[in-house]
Amino acid sequence: MALRGNLRDFTVTQLLNLINLAHKSGTLVIDGSNETAQISFRDGKLAYAQIGQEDNHLAAILHRFKRLSAGQLRAIHLRADHLNDKELGLLLINAGYISQEEILSLLQSYFIDVVRRLFKWVDGAFQFEYNLHPPADRIPIRLDLENLIIEGARQLREWEQLREEIPSLEMGLKFLDRPETSIQKMNLSLEEWRVVSYINPKNTIKQIASVTKLNDMEIRRIIYGLLQAGLVEVVRQGSTPRVEILRSPVTPLFKEKQISLVQRLITRIRSI
Amino acid sequence: MQTVKMVVTGPFSAGKTQFIRSVSEIDVVATERKISTPDERAIKQATTVAMDFGRITVDNDLVLYLFGTPGQKRFDFMWEILSEGMLGFIVMIDSTRPETFREGRSILETFRAYAPTPYVVAANKQDEPDAWELEDMRNALRLSPNIKLLPCVATQKEAVKNVLLELLYSILLEMDGSEK
Repeated sequence: MALRGNLRDFTVTQLLNLINLAHKSGTLVIDGSNETAQISFRDGKLAYAQIGQEDNHLAAILHRFKRLSAGQLRAIHLRADHLNDKELGLLLINAGYISQEEILSLLQSYFIDVVRRLFKWVDGAFQFEYNLHPPADRIPIRLDLENLIIEGARQLREWEQLREEIPSLEMGLKFLDRPETSIQKMNLSLEEWRVVSYINPKNTIKQIASVTKLNDMEIRRIIYGLLQAGLVEVVRQGSTPRVEILRSPVTPLFKEKQISLVQRLITRIRSI
Repeated sequence: MQTVKMVVTGPFSAGKTQFIRSVSEIDVVATERKISTPDERAIKQATTVAMDFGRITVDNDLVLYLFGTPGQKRFDFMWEILSEGMLGFIVMIDSTRPETFREGRSILETFRAYAPTPYVVAANKQDEPDAWELEDMRNALRLSPNIKLLPCVATQKEAVKNVLLELLYSILLEMDGSEK
């Protein structure tokens, strides 16, 4: 089934969050106003990115990060144009020119840069293609999305949207039990760490804002990032949901009557 | 005669009126008006301005009323009135219109604040090709795993019955839990 919509309604950050939480594999295709971007994922991790017609072959990326000079790039195009990225990478590693780790690190930097550029896109139809994967001759990476999600959330400036995302500051927060995510590995700012240190279902967001001296906008943005990254979830203060009809003082007899009432409703609806 | 009430809420054009219509034994008392803005008119011709009202008679002593809330924000003053004394509520979301998910979540939070009664979320129009998968909707709506998100097609009686039953099971569970 479809995972499609428009960036007006779902930000890139929110889409990364969906992909991360559902461990999706496939390619997110976004039609921006001037160009199209394709971001591929494997098991919810960033694997590959392409924006517009930008050359994202290995040689071009190495040149972009000044690991190949313009002359070397020309030479590769002349003499090794028949090699695909995997073959070229192997050739360069075997020649001792570059290590495998450095290649992966530079590809990672490039793909992250593409995603960062997408954070600025606020309009454009998107669709997640489950059957579209990175070209087989390219070198995929495996990058956790949490840090990118936090980064994307930091760029969210729209006050209205933040208010809609976090309508009330009178709520507590708790850490989600997600063993695959370690907060230690995340690149949090000093302010974000200070907020994290106060996360406890007993503290409201408002109290955390007060103690960390953050204004409504700042605390909302940080909490939004932590929520999007799937690190925390909202807890209603003192919430122990109870059925409305049991709010009045109840005797066991009254409760039995209520249970019987619900059972009668169940029987009736089954028979419709 | 005892009456109990359930509320069906959700964003504009989520399928609330149709949901009630599918199981109500009376013609739904729908207070629909012609839509005034062109954007909304493109989606549907008439909308609920006060409430929809359906009835299921259980026996001589008990009647269940289903109330549908108006989906448009400018009629939200009705929500609190309708939520008073409800047994539980259903949040309807159109699975094919992700642009309404944020509003759906906001409506859910509002109703939770009115009354901490059990609720379920119904992902309507799951039979349409553009429908989002339940797992994606759960993540987008930020629903925790313990909240029931049920597939629904409001025009199909069986699907509607299933949503109502799941809500009643949650209410029963809540009552059992409150005994301990």
